[in-house]
Amino acid sequence: MRTFEIALLIGLILCAIATALVKNLLTTIVIYMSYSLMMSVIWMILQSPDLAITEAAVGAGVTSLLFFITLKKIDQISEDKKDE
Amino acid sequence: MSKIRKNYEKSFAYRLKQWVNGDLDIADAKQLEVQIPEKKEPEVFLNSMEQETLDDIYDERRNKLLRRMDLLSKAASVVLCVVLIAFLLVMVADMPGFGDAASPVNNEVAARYIESGIPETGAVNFVTGMILDYRAFDTFGESNVLFIACICVQILLRLDKKSKRKEVQDIKKSAAKELKKEPGEDLILQKVSMVLVPLLFVFGIYIILNGHLSPGGGFSGGSVLGAALILYLSAFGYEKTEKFFSQKTFKAITLSALSFYCLAKSYSFFTGANHLESGIPLGTPGNILSSGLILPLNICVGLVVACTMYGFYTLFRKGDF
Repeated sequence: MRTFEIALLIGLILCAIATALVKNLLTTIVIYMSYSLMMSVIWMILQSPDLAITEAAVGAGVTSLLFFITLKKIDQISEDKKDE
Repeated sequence: MSKIRKNYEKSFAYRLKQWVNGDLDIADAKQLEVQIPEKKEPEVFLNSMEQETLDDIYDERRNKLLRRMDLLSKAASVVLCVVLIAFLLVMVADMPGFGDAASPVNNEVAARYIESGIPETGAVNFVTGMILDYRAFDTFGESNVLFIACICVQILLRLDKKSKRKEVQDIKKSAAKELKKEPGEDLILQKVSMVLVPLLFVFGIYIILNGHLSPGGGFSGGSVLGAALILYLSAFGYEKTEKFFSQKTFKAITLSALSFYCLAKSYSFFTGANHLESGIPLGTPGNILSSGLILPLNICVGLVVACTMYGFYTLFRKGDF
């Protein structure tokens, strides 16, 4: 259990750094989603399931959806497709 | 812009990206780099004199002051970051340890919640008992904040139907064009959401109704409901969703939920959040119909949250409900 916790915490830090460094905005959002997912598992380990449910629904679900729509609104997603 | 682009193309990260994408064999990277046709910068017609002065001011290689300032700002930002990180780490080290019995958080308040939480509120889940009974005033503020946030997004993003300004018309046209594609012919999304949406709805309702018995409550259940609504919308389009959830439903649900909350709890707010009998029997702790006002309040909060999530999505997407 201990090693699992440590692995999750290291993953959190890696995700946080990667979110800032990655150039593609779409990738950034996906990494941010995975950050939220790991965070919700950590809430579960810290015995606060209330927060875990909320984190999974809001952090990984709704917030990133709003980010996706915003990217679409400012024509970031479609532009990437043109490049490829 | 093109200068930044060029600098980026020279960098290691760009070559790594190309190599990962398979455009580039790393062995003959340098050869390929030469072959990339460079885009010509748009020529600016300036006198040589003017160009000279501009270069003196803006070119980093000539203007030493500019270069120094650039270096200084970079160094300052790094130093600032490091100092801030060190500061925060020192503060964290100063905090009481995790689960420390002597930490100042473990005072008589928490003891009181644990000891007399069940007999006083009737909620087996302490957290909900705390949120919706002892601290109902805070939760009322929170749900109002959500409502106000939704109103603000509406003020910012909503398109006026009667407006004749050209920009508004353009945005409306492009939005309508985009909406015609909805619902997309995405068979996978539709089939998956056929299975998932009912499950999500039932799960959200379960979380809300069992808020006083098991982990969860109004906020988490409401956000699950909102996510289910959004999934349904993105799979099946606006026409089908508006059959059961339009702007009128949004208004009615949010308004009635918030005003019910306010009316049901305002007596205790008015008397300084003292505990007064609500008149509803607390029932046996552990049953669904127990703990007095907490269950209806949970339902109210859940409805407000679900409506807000859905409202955010549609306002971002379409500029309207």
